[in-house]
Amino acid sequence: MPATAKTASAPRSRTTAAGPASPSYAIERALLANGLRVVVSPDPSSPVVAVAVYYDVGMRSEPQGRTGFAHLFEHLMFQGSASLGKTEHFTYVQGNGGTLNGSTHVDYTNYYEVMPSSATELALFLEADRMRSVAVTQENLDNQIAVVQNEIRVNVLNRPYGGFPWLLLPPVLFDQFANSHNGYGDFIDLESSTLADAQGFFDRYYAPGNAVLTIAGDVDVAQVFMWVEAHFGDIPARAVPDRPSFGEPVPTGERRAIEYDALAPAPAVAMAWRVPDPADLQTYLPYVVLAEVLTDGDASRLQERMLLQDRSATSISGYLGLLGDPLDARDPTPFLLEVHHAEDVSPDTVLATVDQELARLATDGLEAPELDRTVARMTARYLREVDSVLGRATTMAVFEQQRDRAELINELPGLLRQVTAASVQAAAATLTPQTRTVLELRPGKAS
Amino acid sequence: MTDQPTGLSRPVPPLAKPRTVKLPTVAERTLDNGLRVLAVRRPGVPLAELRLRVPFAGPSGRGGRAHTAQAQLLGDTLLSGTDRRSAAQLAADVQAVGGQLSASTDADRLGFGGSVLVSGLPGLLEVLGEVLTSASYPKREVVGERDRLVQELAIYRSQAAVIAREALMARLYGEHPYGRELPTAKEVQEVKASALRSLHAKRIAPSGSVLTIVGDLTPARAIGLVEKAMAGWTTISKAATSPALPSYRSRPALLIDRPGAVQTTIRMAGPAPSRTHADYAAFGLANLVFGGYFSSRWVANIREDKGYTYSPHAQIEHPPAGSRITLSADVSTPTTAPALLETVYELGRVATLPVTQAELDQARRYAIGTLALSTSTQAGLASTLSQLAGGDMGVEWLHEYPRLLGSVTVDDALAAGARYLAPSGLTTVLVGDVAEVKAPLETLIELEQA
Repeated sequence: MPATAKTASAPRSRTTAAGPASPSYAIERALLANGLRVVVSPDPSSPVVAVAVYYDVGMRSEPQGRTGFAHLFEHLMFQGSASLGKTEHFTYVQGNGGTLNGSTHVDYTNYYEVMPSSATELALFLEADRMRSVAVTQENLDNQIAVVQNEIRVNVLNRPYGGFPWLLLPPVLFDQFANSHNGYGDFIDLESSTLADAQGFFDRYYAPGNAVLTIAGDVDVAQVFMWVEAHFGDIPARAVPDRPSFGEPVPTGERRAIEYDALAPAPAVAMAWRVPDPADLQTYLPYVVLAEVLTDGDASRLQERMLLQDRSATSISGYLGLLGDPLDARDPTPFLLEVHHAEDVSPDTVLATVDQELARLATDGLEAPELDRTVARMTARYLREVDSVLGRATTMAVFEQQRDRAELINELPGLLRQVTAASVQAAAATLTPQTRTVLELRPGKAS
Repeated sequence: MTDQPTGLSRPVPPLAKPRTVKLPTVAERTLDNGLRVLAVRRPGVPLAELRLRVPFAGPSGRGGRAHTAQAQLLGDTLLSGTDRRSAAQLAADVQAVGGQLSASTDADRLGFGGSVLVSGLPGLLEVLGEVLTSASYPKREVVGERDRLVQELAIYRSQAAVIAREALMARLYGEHPYGRELPTAKEVQEVKASALRSLHAKRIAPSGSVLTIVGDLTPARAIGLVEKAMAGWTTISKAATSPALPSYRSRPALLIDRPGAVQTTIRMAGPAPSRTHADYAAFGLANLVFGGYFSSRWVANIREDKGYTYSPHAQIEHPPAGSRITLSADVSTPTTAPALLETVYELGRVATLPVTQAELDQARRYAIGTLALSTSTQAGLASTLSQLAGGDMGVEWLHEYPRLLGSVTVDDALAAGARYLAPSGLTTVLVGDVAEVKAPLETLIELEQA
């Protein structure tokens, strides 16, 4: 517990002559004896609070034979805990005016509530209760396996372009099981999951020392640290697993694969390149800006060329990370371009156009105002996201967990402004045909 | 792992005294050209949010279908250039002020949504004003967007959820514009740039339109900026509203074949009270108890008990000509008939038996709490105010509705459940593998096959 907890004051963002605004959210930290890291950002402007818990385990940590287990386990965390039976977690949150969810990513699993601030202690209790102990019966495990299978059916198996490219690309791009396997899960693996697997996963990865707790919104800092200590403080410390390196060599030549989608009416192509380790923001952020320069809006390079001029694509998106959040995945992680196109446009035309535009950027660099306007909109979009207490709690949590620096929530706009045109140009130069992985999606069945 | 570890259980802490939710102060001015402007100062992040609603309803029948196609393409090409800027220039100018701007149409309105660094609001409004008064619909862009829309419609219509929604709307509303939300490829191909210019000139008018701005600036400044940017927007048009809905009657369930589908997409819908109707608060709570949130009976039954589905939900929508309730569940193919059985059971239960006081109170707290959450951001507040304005309601509804929710009794909820959630009164569409699901379904209900 910090000895001096500051009084909450309304955070204000300031616009300075230096450029678009940087936020100045207050950040208070505590480290509990059991290893739990806690970050609080008070803001009394609306009577709401967000509480988020991030466990440092995701799809990459799944063992062979247990694909999809990190996500299945996320479901199990709602099935009962030290003091609560099945469905009670939901009813305590929603029945007191809140919303909640959890989600599983390649490098972490998160859980969160947004509630009226009068329910702050309740939200903390609920998260502490399942960090203390998860309680699942065989019946509930079987039930949630069926629920997850239906989630996969609705999002992947019964949907055109389901899993494209986030599930279909990794086996082509990566060689290591940790990075290449299906993180939603093979049905056989899901069905053979046991209660012992669940207890083992909880014991190993859900230790307090493997988690970050963030609280953003209408709270008194001293009071909230007292509640955190009261509810989380006596959860016994457990060994925190060493996080293995999931690194693997960058592919040395072009890789290509074709998938058929019987439900899709038109083709699509995904391109991916490995990018530098996101741990070093200075070398990584130029790629994040590059994705926007290429694909954000009608004035972006690829949209203007392929949607407005050539009319060779139906839609284009470009992003970092398989799940589309550039700042929440560790190494190894890809830069992705996803292009949907008409049947009468060949994938090779799409690839050639992308290559041309990348080469043009690599040779001629950005036009004068291009970087400024790109960063201006990225900044605005980022500020919009952290305007919500939930956006703040989740942004701080992932920064604290992966970079030990929740303060990045305030620093990110400044870091984006420091990205130079030369560094974006240099990033574009690395995205060559020789280093890319291409996944074509074709409508129909393989012949 | 056992179900309740002993010795670890703790008491659940009580709630603190809730803080009163302060109603935002909404400044309002109707400009000389008839445009109604709502503005709220909401600091926090140095941004401004804008929402513009322009009445844009079409007629029933064939003329309505042509309007739907034109309106859809108009939304796609409004930002494709003006007298002064090309599509790419316009996009670059919006981006340069840290802004984003989008346009879309539905059966009732043309809507613009935007957000921008507050320092860039004058620039964004200037672009918006220019689009409203001199969007040029260049032939090349219209032809290109037309082809793109045809491709997008094909992709859209390959989704089971869209197939089900289109069939459901047609069954509910027939020839009314609500019955056909999307145009056919052929209808889109027939739209010419000149038709878009003409539709724009006739229909995109300030009178009847509402512009909402929420952000880190004073309402006086926001309204002043709007006044300056919109002064040249002087189109005169009689704001059109959608025709009255045809009288509703439920019909046998419709089954649409999707050979080999691993799930059946179930949709059920019927009329619901509008937000200003005397039944609305009671209906809202009855619906929550039934299936309107995760902690509902329907979710507990077909997901958390039986595992038939991932994400069942019952949602209330408020198109101006008449609100509706829509139930959605995607269930695994072998459990289709059992899932429908449980759905009808839960509907029948909320329509014929009283809910418990605890269920009612829990739903009430959820409804009140989430209403406050929805207005806690600039974007959320702007969208909420704009939607309320679209239903001729003001910000005071944010206080009035919780008060109405507070007075709903178990008897009220039962009456609303009987009136709006009775399974006999809903219209059902199922999209699934007929070879697998038809026979089991016919043991339960009368089916028509598409």
